[in-house]
Amino acid sequence: MAEKGRGRGRILPGFGLSMGITLTYLVLVILIPLATLVLKSATITWPEFWATVTEPRALAAYRLSFLASFAAASINAVFGLLVAWVLERYTFPFKRIVDGLVDLPFALPTAVAGIVLTTFYSGNGWVGRLLEPRGIKVAYTPLGVVVALTFVGLPFVVRTVQPVLRELDPQIEGAAATLGAGRLQTFLRVILPGLLPTVLTGFTLAFARGLGEYGSVIFIAGNMPMRSEITPLLIMIKLEQFDYAGAAAIALVFLLASFSLLLFINALSWRGLRRARAAAG
Amino acid sequence: MPSPVSPSRRDPGGPARLDHLSEPRPVRYVLIGLSLAFLVLFLFLPLLVVFTEALRNGLSVYLQAVADPFALSAIKLTLVVAAIVVPFNALFGLAAAWAISRFDFRGKQVLTTLIDLPFSVSPVISGMLFVLLFGAHGLLGPWLIRHDVKIMFALPGLVLATLFVTSPYVARELIPLMRAQGSDEEEAAITLGASGWQTFFRVSLPKIRWGLLYGIVLCNARAMGEFGAVSVVSGHIRGMTNTIPLHVEILYNEYQFAASFAVASLLTFLALVTLVVKGLVEGKSGRLLS
Repeated sequence: MAEKGRGRGRILPGFGLSMGITLTYLVLVILIPLATLVLKSATITWPEFWATVTEPRALAAYRLSFLASFAAASINAVFGLLVAWVLERYTFPFKRIVDGLVDLPFALPTAVAGIVLTTFYSGNGWVGRLLEPRGIKVAYTPLGVVVALTFVGLPFVVRTVQPVLRELDPQIEGAAATLGAGRLQTFLRVILPGLLPTVLTGFTLAFARGLGEYGSVIFIAGNMPMRSEITPLLIMIKLEQFDYAGAAAIALVFLLASFSLLLFINALSWRGLRRARAAAG
Repeated sequence: MPSPVSPSRRDPGGPARLDHLSEPRPVRYVLIGLSLAFLVLFLFLPLLVVFTEALRNGLSVYLQAVADPFALSAIKLTLVVAAIVVPFNALFGLAAAWAISRFDFRGKQVLTTLIDLPFSVSPVISGMLFVLLFGAHGLLGPWLIRHDVKIMFALPGLVLATLFVTSPYVARELIPLMRAQGSDEEEAAITLGASGWQTFFRVSLPKIRWGLLYGIVLCNARAMGEFGAVSVVSGHIRGMTNTIPLHVEILYNEYQFAASFAVASLLTFLALVTLVVKGLVEGKSGRLLS
């Protein structure tokens, strides 16, 4: 809409200035620092690089980071869809406040989230006290990592799904009902397939956030090497030991792996979106 | 202002949805109950913990922790960092949004992706980039030491790491907003003889002021609350390079829980203010910001 009709003849001024500021800033603040990562990883030989990025402790850290982020993003995909549905479709007391507080994890500093969740789920905490006698330990275990990442990722799914849910055409649901479909059937066969690409986008955002998350995790994780140590923490430890090349190597591998995975999921959700559009005519 | 896209259908609880288009009442109650239980368990109760723990040993302990000299110097440092970082990123966000939303050029998609890039880099890795560049063993480290320029474990390092991490916030808010608004009014102003800057200050800026305000508030919240990136470049020198979140961590690791939560409650207030501003801005602009 707005894009169309803006021809070659530029009426508005300021292209050179705004583009100049944007590019200068991007190069200075983002691109040069990122290039350093590649340069620094290149200062060690290939066998050293390979040995660093495949040592058992690093492999265990990648595994925990990817699995815990995946689990948390999956929990958020299910409950985020539910929360978005309830907020868009139903009315209940204090709905606006509840809606507003969904963004809390965006606004709350991660270190605060970390100490809060640890206190909440540790043996003396409000929930930990109920769970630990039943043999479920959350704080200082990999499960704690999943809990922290679920907290951090929740708004991504809710806020991605909400606008799409609002714009859904009610006539389609009406048509399904007229044709004799029950509510559950309408949801599973008509609404859900249209929503899935959006849920997948929210899942991807939550997943990406989980992979990089540091502050909220390190308090609750217990940080045992090989067991509950996430990749960003391993990088931090290498830096504290002044092993810059090792830290850079692990960071490079972790970033490349995360980016390719996210690209793959994005491609999936694009395909789903195209198919849903084609099906809608 | 009329909604730019399609007339939005937001009538929460408005004309009652027809019965066959909603779920039976028991199902609705179960779904509402389930999602509220989830939110209470994962979001709301943890939020309460901040305040119960902060006040556990009484108000005087709380005030003492907040007025402690180290806490005060952390608060001051955090304010200084945010005061430097936020204007830079607001300027960057305005420039980037103007270039992307008002002009067609090749590589626009690439540029948008690059602007978003810091969001998908782990904060620890973001901070590390600057250690690799300016640290004692970094690329420019030896040169900096020879010329006695301190960047790492000092204010410039904190500012740079925070700049990197918070750079997308204002741009992210403004790009979709300015795209949706289009540039017809600006073009009219120029055609009628207004200068470029006049057009910007009299026409464009008033149109985007709420989005800009929200972007700035978000950027500020992240700048003041950033932990991972700052943790790498700070060196944790008390009274010197400790920001509020780092001070919270130190107190917590020293088992001074009440003091730690007291300082954390300041950041929680900041988060709540951010959410309130978001609510107000949404009311003003009548669109959902995400």
